[in-house]
Amino acid sequence: MDASQLIMIFISMVFINNFILSKFLGLCSFIGVSKETGPAISMGFAVTFVTTMSSIITWLIYRFVLIPFNITYMRTIAFILVIATFVQLVEMFIRKTSPHLYKFFGIYLPLITVNCAVLGVAVLNSETFFSGTRIMPGSFIFSVVQGFFAGVGYCLAMLLMSGIRERLELVRVPRSFKDVPLAFVIASLMSLAFMGFSGFKF
Amino acid sequence: MIKKLFYEFKKGITIENPTFGLVLGLCPTLAVSTTVVNAIGMGIAATFVLLGSNIFISSLRNFIPDRIRIPCYIVIIATFVTINEMVMKAYFPALNRSLGIFVPLIVVNCIVLGRAEAYACKNRVLDSIFDALGMGVGFTIALIIIAAIRESLGNGTILGFPLVKGYEPATMMILAPGALLTIGILIGIINFVHIKQKTRREITREKFDGR
Repeated sequence: MDASQLIMIFISMVFINNFILSKFLGLCSFIGVSKETGPAISMGFAVTFVTTMSSIITWLIYRFVLIPFNITYMRTIAFILVIATFVQLVEMFIRKTSPHLYKFFGIYLPLITVNCAVLGVAVLNSETFFSGTRIMPGSFIFSVVQGFFAGVGYCLAMLLMSGIRERLELVRVPRSFKDVPLAFVIASLMSLAFMGFSGFKF
Repeated sequence: MIKKLFYEFKKGITIENPTFGLVLGLCPTLAVSTTVVNAIGMGIAATFVLLGSNIFISSLRNFIPDRIRIPCYIVIIATFVTINEMVMKAYFPALNRSLGIFVPLIVVNCIVLGRAEAYACKNRVLDSIFDALGMGVGFTIALIIIAAIRESLGNGTILGFPLVKGYEPATMMILAPGALLTIGILIGIINFVHIKQKTRREITREKFDGR
């Protein structure tokens, strides 16, 4: 493991394989919450936090529970339960300790449980950094970094999209294309732009 | 009675179509609709999970405590997704490989949890079965429509058979931007038709009132 691999993960997760724009994970929240910049950023931070933490937890579960007991086929059930419980716990913790942060995250925290991006990153980690029951060296660091940068990529797409949609409010568009359909078309153009990064190689 | 069951089946395909009507479960819809074969596979997989979870949830609806219902639903859904995953790995390895991580991700497909919460937990088993079938078929049809557009434009084929000779396929339609563009334009067209119908109805009503 060296720094170049980590940088490669960063570039791959944020630009080349951006979770929203090229893998379609977390699309529902991307279209739903990106109407204003404020909530979009809150959602982005909440997702980044949860993907990072859930990468850590699901790695531990996969490495120390599922592989030793040879029950890797239980992956989906184990991951979704752990993530749902974790999100609930975080919500309770934040509500008790920091009302300010709770207000900042608002309703977006519980919404994240059913966000495909979170489960997606957990499944992706378990597929790329474990081959069958063999464990790649340094897989823990890679998993956490991948989870974190997946969240950063989500944040970036969210920020760009909300900026564009805020300006679109001032423009006259055909009535039938207002809101959701137009958001999809813009997302399409953005993802076309992001395709330019796919030539990046080291 | 039979009429009601038929209505439950039909509404998933037409007015409450999960993709075009309710705009739910978009992530798998877009990611998987690169070819018609993938679309059919994903549609059948999702229908199976929907059917299983709807039957179980509606038969257990009087036993599941209200406060922890969502975790209960998730466990039931995840069980069916795991069954689905194992069957697919055993009998359709090629399909499993091309659907990739979207097979386990059926768990977080909003359609399945949405039907559990909105329908199965309040209705009888028989009704829920028809609801699940309707939603599943509606989802599959929507997937096939999107996939047919993308495959024919992006690859020049449908179900693997070439369509027109000498057509230079636009690869972009198979990649991510094509999916977003297709769904955006399709929803736009559906909105357009809805608005047209509504205004026509209003015009006829005005005429009627004027008389």
